[in-house]
Amino acid sequence: MSTASSRAGGTPQDSTTEEGLTPVIETSKEPAADRHGGVPPLLEVSDLHVSFPSEAGPVKAVRGVSYSVRPGEVLGIVGESGSGKSVSSMAVLGLLPDSADVRGSIRMDGRELLGLNDAKMSKIRGKDIAMVFQDPLSALTPVYSIGTQIIEAIQVHQDLDKVKARTRAIELLDLVGIPDPHQRVDAFPHEFSGGMRQRAMIAMAIANDPKIIIADEPTTALDVTIQAQVLEVLKKAQDVTGAAIVMITHDLGVIAGFADRVMVMYAGRPVENGPVDEVYYRPRMPYTIGLLGSIPRVDADERRALTPIDGTPPSMVALPKGCPFEARCPIAIDVCREREPELLTAPGANHPSACHRSRELAEGGGEGLLDPATIYPIPPLPEAHEIERLPREERTAVLEVDNLVKHFPLLKGAVFKRKIGTVKAVDGITLEIKEGETLGLVGESGCGKTTTLLEIMDLTGGQAGSVTVFGKDVREVKGAKARKALRRDMQIVFQDPMASLDARMPIGDILAEPLKTHGWDRARTDARIPELLELVGLNPDHSDRFPQEFSGGQRQRISIARALALEPKLVVLDEPVSALDVSIQAGVLNLLDELKSRMGLSYLFVAHDLSVVRHIADRIAVMYLGRIVELGETRSVFHEPSHPYTQALLSAVPLPDPQKERARERILLTGDLPSPANVPSGCRFRNRCPKYLQLNPGEQQRCESEDPQLHTLAPDHTAACHFAEALAVV
Amino acid sequence: MSTQQNVQHEPEADATPALLPPRRVGRGRLTLRRFARNKLALVGIGILVLLFLFAYLGPLVDKWGFDDHDFEAFLDGPSASHWFGTDQAGTDIFALTTRGLQKSLIIGILVGLITTTLAATLGAAAGYFGGWVDRVTMWFVDMLLVLPSFLIIAVLSPSFAKSTWLILVVLLALFSWMITARIVRSMTLTLKDREFVKAAKYMGVSDIRIIFRHILPSMASLLIIDGTIQVSLAVIGESSLSYFGFGIQPPDVSLGTVIADGTSYATTYQWLFWFPAGFLVLFGLAIAFIGDGLRDAYDPNSSNAKAQAKAIKEKGKSKGDESDEVPGQRVGSTEVLSQA
Ligand code: SF4
Ligand code: SF4
Repeated sequence: MSTASSRAGGTPQDSTTEEGLTPVIETSKEPAADRHGGVPPLLEVSDLHVSFPSEAGPVKAVRGVSYSVRPGEVLGIVGESGSGKSVSSMAVLGLLPDSADVRGSIRMDGRELLGLNDAKMSKIRGKDIAMVFQDPLSALTPVYSIGTQIIEAIQVHQDLDKVKARTRAIELLDLVGIPDPHQRVDAFPHEFSGGMRQRAMIAMAIANDPKIIIADEPTTALDVTIQAQVLEVLKKAQDVTGAAIVMITHDLGVIAGFADRVMVMYAGRPVENGPVDEVYYRPRMPYTIGLLGSIPRVDADERRALTPIDGTPPSMVALPKGCPFEARCPIAIDVCREREPELLTAPGANHPSACHRSRELAEGGGEGLLDPATIYPIPPLPEAHEIERLPREERTAVLEVDNLVKHFPLLKGAVFKRKIGTVKAVDGITLEIKEGETLGLVGESGCGKTTTLLEIMDLTGGQAGSVTVFGKDVREVKGAKARKALRRDMQIVFQDPMASLDARMPIGDILAEPLKTHGWDRARTDARIPELLELVGLNPDHSDRFPQEFSGGQRQRISIARALALEPKLVVLDEPVSALDVSIQAGVLNLLDELKSRMGLSYLFVAHDLSVVRHIADRIAVMYLGRIVELGETRSVFHEPSHPYTQALLSAVPLPDPQKERARERILLTGDLPSPANVPSGCRFRNRCPKYLQLNPGEQQRCESEDPQLHTLAPDHTAACHFAEALAVV
Repeated sequence: MSTQQNVQHEPEADATPALLPPRRVGRGRLTLRRFARNKLALVGIGILVLLFLFAYLGPLVDKWGFDDHDFEAFLDGPSASHWFGTDQAGTDIFALTTRGLQKSLIIGILVGLITTTLAATLGAAAGYFGGWVDRVTMWFVDMLLVLPSFLIIAVLSPSFAKSTWLILVVLLALFSWMITARIVRSMTLTLKDREFVKAAKYMGVSDIRIIFRHILPSMASLLIIDGTIQVSLAVIGESSLSYFGFGIQPPDVSLGTVIADGTSYATTYQWLFWFPAGFLVLFGLAIAFIGDGLRDAYDPNSSNAKAQAKAIKEKGKSKGDESDEVPGQRVGSTEVLSQA
């Protein structure tokens, strides 16, 4: 994108004339400079408004955003989808469509950017302001090599010849940690993995020594270990260039350790703004408080129910008057419905927040005050089902997977396909789920967790090994009828609730489908549907609505209702909350927890998010490249992670706790997940293993030649590493 | 969204269903309702019914038969005795039109239905099951595509001229489903991997059911549009066959043959052309209206459905319902904007 836009930019000659013509507004610079100890802000956005025309009327995506960023500072902007956080940064970059109505002021070094034409803007973009997007694949042009694109970015803004620019490009790639930059410079974007592409994007962003880097969800599409690498690279890039960073994300954990200041956005406005520690430890606005309370934490020890924020964000077309958060706020009072609160610093607080009651929201509560910790009713933990109270050994197993294998042939050739290799997607997995138990299966993308799950759900028994469901080996289950009977007791919930619900069916029909399939008559089905809707917290009268009429969280509830329609024993959950915003996610997690205890369910919970898994799972299996590398009781795996991969994985999870986060030591993994078509000999983790590097040659030899098997470390804790050793990382 | 509340509600909910038999509205009924709300579609149905009435009741009131010749009136304009005039052989155009319309209505609608059904079922089966089902079906498709269908029908038509003309319907349908089937197949290939299909599969829903409940409805728009086009194509195809003397064999007529005969007189003896052509256009219009209405009714995203959803929500609001879906949905749309 940057290359495309910079190409549209003018020649270097007219840039000189331009500078002189631009009026520099001095007046408002003084007070800002005073406030912040003499350093004038680099970027100053004030009272920014953006609206888009739509059929239903203008969508007011941004409604008065003001912030300033000083040189070398990192500002984090957090908010959920639709909060206007991305739109406001797009406005800064001048990348909004022409139909958007942008008002307010955006000043860079005192120069007004708003209203500049595209040609002038292009000269600033990529030079003074650089950007890093969520999806680097769409930001890089697929038909040019990475090097060409970086060279072009350099040459647009700097007077360098081809050779020098190329040398610089290689330097940059080296800086962002791309191995073998001399060769990789000629690679095409599709030859890079997601993490590498993001690195290349960062290289391109810093090519012209920008003053400010705007990073819009730069790590959202990446796995957690890769996220840690990329954040590290961003930090390094900042050190090298001294640029300020505006980091836009929905992840409070990422911001905690990375940003100096944070701005929380809700419904197009900043609702709280201040130094990270202030906002995280002394929030003064119910939305921020709710957001912080709704995140499951990887360092949370005792099991507690999360505090979800009820409801959904308001429509940006017809905003109610008063506080936009009023409908979801647990402490709303009359004035909230009348007047929208300004972003002000309340007496006693030292950062501004937009809430009529922020004065009362002081830490610890007290006389006439509200304690932020208690304003949200903490849902009680569901009472354990009788099965859950039994000791584990006395429960029966609902799912046993023994040495399951799934290999795909790697074919080449269009007409005559030759087998050129084997993709070992699942390479010998053994696990067991007992009644009333949740097993969390975690791993990064490409580790084979989804294949495992589909292999189990297919009831085919895999290529080798066995799958035993409710005591029956699926291979022995012959005939459509017997299979159908098995299916009744095991159901699945997919990640994307929109894709897994047939958009052309009213939800009543969607919920009726499993019932009908398993022979329920119409009357019973009709009685069951409102019951199910109520079970998952939806209005039972809504059965004739279509999935599109519900919000993401509600749709996921519908998926859950469908899975529970037949009162199964085992529910397989494939990343059930990863498509949801955090405040919504908490509600769904609580619901899952509660249903499990109420109905005595067993879950196989597949996820990449370790904090979610820690919250919900009783036992955890960590997967790497088609194998389980560590398996055990949640508590002991999190406290004493023993496999080097688990340790790295855990240490990469960002904590929504600035002080802890800054104090943490990250174990950074090198490189990407190898392809499952090319599994290393011996221990499959050895080419990335930080421990391997510390071993002596004799021990290394063992890692190279001997494939480690799971061996017991504690009563319910096994790890597949020859040199497994507990290491606390959270 | 509060789970808390619902936990408390739960026992109540368990008790109520017996007292309060809920009337669940399924997809079929919703579709029907939405179809009935569409004015144009109803007009289409009205026109179609009138056309049928006209085609079948018309001959009863007309004193001329389609094979009668009035030797006192050649190429006469519309008059009291010949309402639509006569042609060069003294045949009553009204009688010809009604008789032709009978044939064309049946041929058009039957061919449209059979073709689309064939294309949908075979295409979806090929795509869904893959393997040999796919190979055999696609082999047939390719074979039929390269066969000169027009020639085959032309060659065959004398031999079935003596039996029923309905064989013509079958032949026309047999040679027009292939391209649609190919499209349906490739759409099925992508739909097959969608999560809602997988979800149904893992629920234990049978393959045939999945095809008819999930896969085909997801391409309803395509099938409906294709169906309406096939109806028109059949009518035209039949008339071009008839033009060359195949297809409907004289003395029997179809709208196509009547129009074909009248084309050369269209400027001089206009009634020969305009009356039958007018009915063909009406037929086409009616089918198009119905098709549009069906498509809207099937698609919950169409503007019509939205209007309905809004109406329901308004109702919900007045009942004092929690109506938090409205913002939720809108947020979705702003999200799209913010990512743009
Ligand atoms: S202004 Fe009122 S409704 Fe808004 S967050 Fe504060 S207390 Fe809640
Ligand atoms: S076996 Fe060796 S290479 Fe593998 S994880 Fe353990 S120490 Fe690392």
